Amino acid sequence: MENNLINIFFVPEVSLAILAIACLMYGLFSKNNSFDKATNFATLSLFFLSFLVYFDFTTNFALFENFFSNTTFTKFFKILTLLGAAASLIISKNYFIDTKINRFEIPTLLLFSTLGMMLMISSKNLMMMYLAIELQSLSLYVVASIKRNSLESAESGVKYFILGALSSGILLYGFSLVYGFTGQTNFDGIYTSLSHLDKLPIGLVFGLVFILVGLAFKVSAVPFHMWTPDVYEGAPTSITAFFAIVPKLAAIALIFRFCLEPFNNFYFEWTQVIFFLSLASMFLGAVAAIAQKSIKRLLAYSSIGHVGYVLIALVAASDQGVRSASIYMFIYIIMNISVFAILLSLKKSDKYVEKIDELSGLSKTNPVVSVSLAIIMLSMAGIPPFIGFFGKFYVFIAAIESQQYILAVLGVLASVISAFYYLRIIKGMYFDEVIEGESFDFTINNQAKVILLILLFIITFFIFYPSLLVDIVSGISLI
Amino acid sequence: MTDIPLLSLTIFLPLLGAFVILLIKEDENSLNNIKYVALWTSVGVFLISLLIWLQFDNTKPGYQFEEKFRWFSDFNFYYHIGIDGISLFMVILSTFLTPLCILASWESIKKRVKEYMLAFLFLETVMIGMFASIDILLFYIFFEAVLIPMYLIIGIWGGDRRIYASFKFFLYTLLGSVLMLIAIVVIYQLTNSMSIEELQGNYFTTNVQLYLWLAFFASFAVKIPMWPFHTWLPDAHVEAPTAGSVILAGVLLKMGGYGFIRFSLGMLPEASEYFAPMVMTLSIIAIIYTSLVALAQTDIKKLIAYSSVAHMGLVTIGIFVVNSQGLEGAMVQMISHGVVSGALFLCVGVIYDRMHTRDINFYGGLVNRMPIYATVFMIFMLGSVGLPGTSGFVGEFLVIVGAFKYSSIVVIGAASGIVLSAVYMLYLYKRIIFGVIENEKLKEISDLNLREKSILIPLAIAVIVIGIFPNIFIDPMRLPIELIISNYEIANGK
Repeated sequence: MENNLINIFFVPEVSLAILAIACLMYGLFSKNNSFDKATNFATLSLFFLSFLVYFDFTTNFALFENFFSNTTFTKFFKILTLLGAAASLIISKNYFIDTKINRFEIPTLLLFSTLGMMLMISSKNLMMMYLAIELQSLSLYVVASIKRNSLESAESGVKYFILGALSSGILLYGFSLVYGFTGQTNFDGIYTSLSHLDKLPIGLVFGLVFILVGLAFKVSAVPFHMWTPDVYEGAPTSITAFFAIVPKLAAIALIFRFCLEPFNNFYFEWTQVIFFLSLASMFLGAVAAIAQKSIKRLLAYSSIGHVGYVLIALVAASDQGVRSASIYMFIYIIMNISVFAILLSLKKSDKYVEKIDELSGLSKTNPVVSVSLAIIMLSMAGIPPFIGFFGKFYVFIAAIESQQYILAVLGVLASVISAFYYLRIIKGMYFDEVIEGESFDFTINNQAKVILLILLFIITFFIFYPSLLVDIVSGISLI
Repeated sequence: MTDIPLLSLTIFLPLLGAFVILLIKEDENSLNNIKYVALWTSVGVFLISLLIWLQFDNTKPGYQFEEKFRWFSDFNFYYHIGIDGISLFMVILSTFLTPLCILASWESIKKRVKEYMLAFLFLETVMIGMFASIDILLFYIFFEAVLIPMYLIIGIWGGDRRIYASFKFFLYTLLGSVLMLIAIVVIYQLTNSMSIEELQGNYFTTNVQLYLWLAFFASFAVKIPMWPFHTWLPDAHVEAPTAGSVILAGVLLKMGGYGFIRFSLGMLPEASEYFAPMVMTLSIIAIIYTSLVALAQTDIKKLIAYSSVAHMGLVTIGIFVVNSQGLEGAMVQMISHGVVSGALFLCVGVIYDRMHTRDINFYGGLVNRMPIYATVFMIFMLGSVGLPGTSGFVGEFLVIVGAFKYSSIVVIGAASGIVLSAVYMLYLYKRIIFGVIENEKLKEISDLNLREKSILIPLAIAVIVIGIFPNIFIDPMRLPIELIISNYEIANGK
């Protein structure tokens, strides 16, 4: 290639690394509090990068050959990740300033973490995969405990770190086993060296299971979910928003690619694991959320449940499964961004609303906000005509196509259980008697308002023109 | 005239009305505007649906007023609507009851009037949409979307135990309908089609039919409701505001019967034949058991709710005997029950608005103070019992004729239900209306006002018209029913 040196800056990952360092430098050397500008800078960079990924100037770029996959699937997930990160920065800006954790490190670290996620989505090599996961996790450990003087925040950071480190260790052990038995670290290499086998040797089975455990930890699938509710609850809500929206995308993309690329021929082995993870996540997510009083914990369990549904699409192990998962994740982040956009702007008696009970009477004072929240909740529960229904519907199409009837039936049953706790939020807003004398305060900055309105529009009116998303997704494939 | 998409108009006009209401700011002065917008919208929808009836061609067995647009680009899902003789009256029932409900809520709903009217108009859209859908996915979406407004109506404007009732209603019916979702996806995978019209016939192997039938049964049996899946109904009825009960009894229960005819009989004939004895058994149990339970109630609404379960048992018998008398009887019974039970709930609403209690023992001797009320109540009560000349008679008679062709044991069960319905309804009427006024508080109770008359009198007329001229209702549905029966008989080798 001739223009290597210029082209290199158009590789989105390189460009993001440079921008993240620039953000860090700016923060370090500016005299005043640079949170505001750093956040704007980070947001703009993320938007810029999503364009870069979309137009893809580097299709045949040879720099990372064999370490890096660049397909429609990775492109789709990268754009979602970038836009999700940008949106979560926008919606949480006010909250950061309001709770006085407006430090420039936050946007910087989130940029680095996003970089790690982009590498995760694309990684095609075990080494690359590990480094990418560590890059995103390390940044997230720090931001989880960014509120230094808060016990919960520190606790959640430490918890996240210890459990994360444990899972990384298991992951690494799995890698070493796979490497030891195949002599390859590259996905293609592993695939070729396995292609002449009829049955996985026991060592590779162990390796595979260890890796899946590590990845299950990252997507917070049951029984490796324990960190999620605590971290969601302890971290500042704005950070929780980021946790709920962005890292899930990268981890889901990675687990799909890892299962369907190197181990594609051995789906019988890994579907057993994923089958269990999916089922356990759906049911635990549904049942455990029922007893929660805190909205953040409830959303944590809800996200565990949603991961269960996406994993159904993985068990389907088909092209339709990949497409369904893409649709599901798209819908998932839309719903999560909008719900957090509301939570991050809603105050009651000068405190941000965190308990379900605190929502009582919201429909009286802020009818528009409560209608929006009700629509999002119904959508999350998968009730038509809202968008969440179509996510579940597509997942079930994939499952039935691959004859996974049991999973599909149990999946819909879990969705009924989970409907209960989404309805509880609506009940809190609409049915409960109002305690007089407490007033809500909904302050939201203009950019966040625009995002929220667009997303609500999509959630409500998706049914009238589903082809818009379906057409984008229909071109997606792993190869 | 043919250029105007009348059916889409009936579906989406309520949404338009809802949008207008959304723009009105709620305050003291605009309350009436909100109510009038809702009322006139629903009246307009009713008139359009009558127009559809006028233009309806009784000589065609298939769908009419069809509209079809591509909906999803990757699968064969269409926005495909149309009506035939079976859905025509379900649509008209919905459009007929909605304005009456809005009128009935005129004064009894005092809080959040705007949201209430929005919920009702949204409910009307999804009800009509559901009956008019030809695409199964579209049907399913409307079918489930009904839960949202109904949940809110029970939960916000309901009685003391409204939260319990609304959750029970929502989760119970959701549990039934999600299994249908799986069945729908399976159907699509097997046939690559989502059209109710194309799938009428016998397209699945017997084994698959049995599973699909059970999945559909789970959702329709909860909806209609059949014993022992009926327990959500008394709670929902008792706690819902009057208009909510009317729609619940009048239209939502019919969704189950409609589904049985379209899906179970139409698409899964072999499985229907296989499971028919089970349905008969459950229906007979429902008729006798819930009638006896109704007899023991002290809450008027609960009594009518249980009577609904018994009447729906008659409908399921009529459907699953699968002959023209039975099916026509079931359809007429559904229409009649929609009008009669709706009207009975409205009658309860009238005295509830005045006295704020539904306890039967509280009342007695109302005829002395409320002669007009006693008259219309009697018409509905007799309609519910099935006196000749009222709508109830036609349906019950046809169902029993149909059941004779199937088995005389079923007839005994069905007929005993009719006797029992006379017992509990007449007993109820006696306790509330007749006698002398003993309760001091009833001495000042006033008779129907103009608004209440304008609600109840059209319903009373409908009861008598259906009873005396059932043919205007049976004629349009004759051919579609023949079509279903002939498909069914071919499939089962009769």
